[in-house]
Amino acid sequence: MSETFDAVDRRLVLATQGGLPLVPRPYHQVAEQVGIPADEVMARLARMLAGGVIRRIGAVPNHYAIGYTANGMSVWDVPDECIDELGRQVGALAFVTHCYHRPRRLPDWPYNLFAMVHGGSRAEVMTKVAEIAAIIGSDCRAHDVLFSTRILKKTGLRIGA
Amino acid sequence: MHEPTQIDALDRAIIDGLQGGFPICERPYAQVAAGLGMSEAELLERLQRMLDARLLTRFGPMFQVERMGGAFVLAALRVPEGDWQRVLEIVNALPEVAHNYRRESERGGGLNMWFVLATESAAGIDAAIHRIEAASGLPVFPFPKLQEYFVEMKLAVRA
Repeated sequence: MSETFDAVDRRLVLATQGGLPLVPRPYHQVAEQVGIPADEVMARLARMLAGGVIRRIGAVPNHYAIGYTANGMSVWDVPDECIDELGRQVGALAFVTHCYHRPRRLPDWPYNLFAMVHGGSRAEVMTKVAEIAAIIGSDCRAHDVLFSTRILKKTGLRIGA
Repeated sequence: MHEPTQIDALDRAIIDGLQGGFPICERPYAQVAAGLGMSEAELLERLQRMLDARLLTRFGPMFQVERMGGAFVLAALRVPEGDWQRVLEIVNALPEVAHNYRRESERGGGLNMWFVLATESAAGIDAAIHRIEAASGLPVFPFPKLQEYFVEMKLAVRA
């Protein structure tokens, strides 16, 4: 994908990473800013969306403000040989928003499977974490839940001009 | 942490309906507004109000920097309580830090500052980590993803 990402695409990222203009013809405004025709802006954005450079276009809610006041990063130490199967099963749960295999950092950090769970309360999150524990079963050697207590920064990607 | 802000049924419909799939066409807001039974002007006004009120943190394309040849890496620090503000300022000052959350285990004493580094090149991640380590005097624990099983950060409004 990166070989098809060119300098004009990069200018489009710079022009839109802070958000789309809230005007009736937002892509036309971006086009003026970048100095290319609006049709080309739309074609390039559509290509980036199809190719995965853009994950999606839309609203990013502040999840605290929309009622998800508890967000727990559940972390699990599972055997490497079964992590892909377990990761797929945990990732398929409706309440898991992110699920990744990440490296352990021994001795400080024994966990290799990360699953983010959002809920309206810590108790609700812990109920969901118990569902994950049931799936992992005896493959779970240790686990923990880290609740976020403060958003310290949430700007998203900011590449330099 | 704050109380959920007041939102009405139309705000809810906008947030729930617009977490993805915003059209790429000449008048995208008009198209979305028609589907929600409101005018283009009202949709624009409500989006602006929700951004101003921080109900929305952003409206627009979400880029995957890895697909542009860059990198996106979760990392963490164990920050002593008395040193919190100093380290927070160091970390947040870097433009490469896209998100930063305080996270704590009930067991306490562990990694407590979790941030995401987004850079245009893989080398940029190492450079940012070295800068944080040099300025803070603390070791950074990077957690690059080895495998992604699921990512879908779309949450229905429940406030």
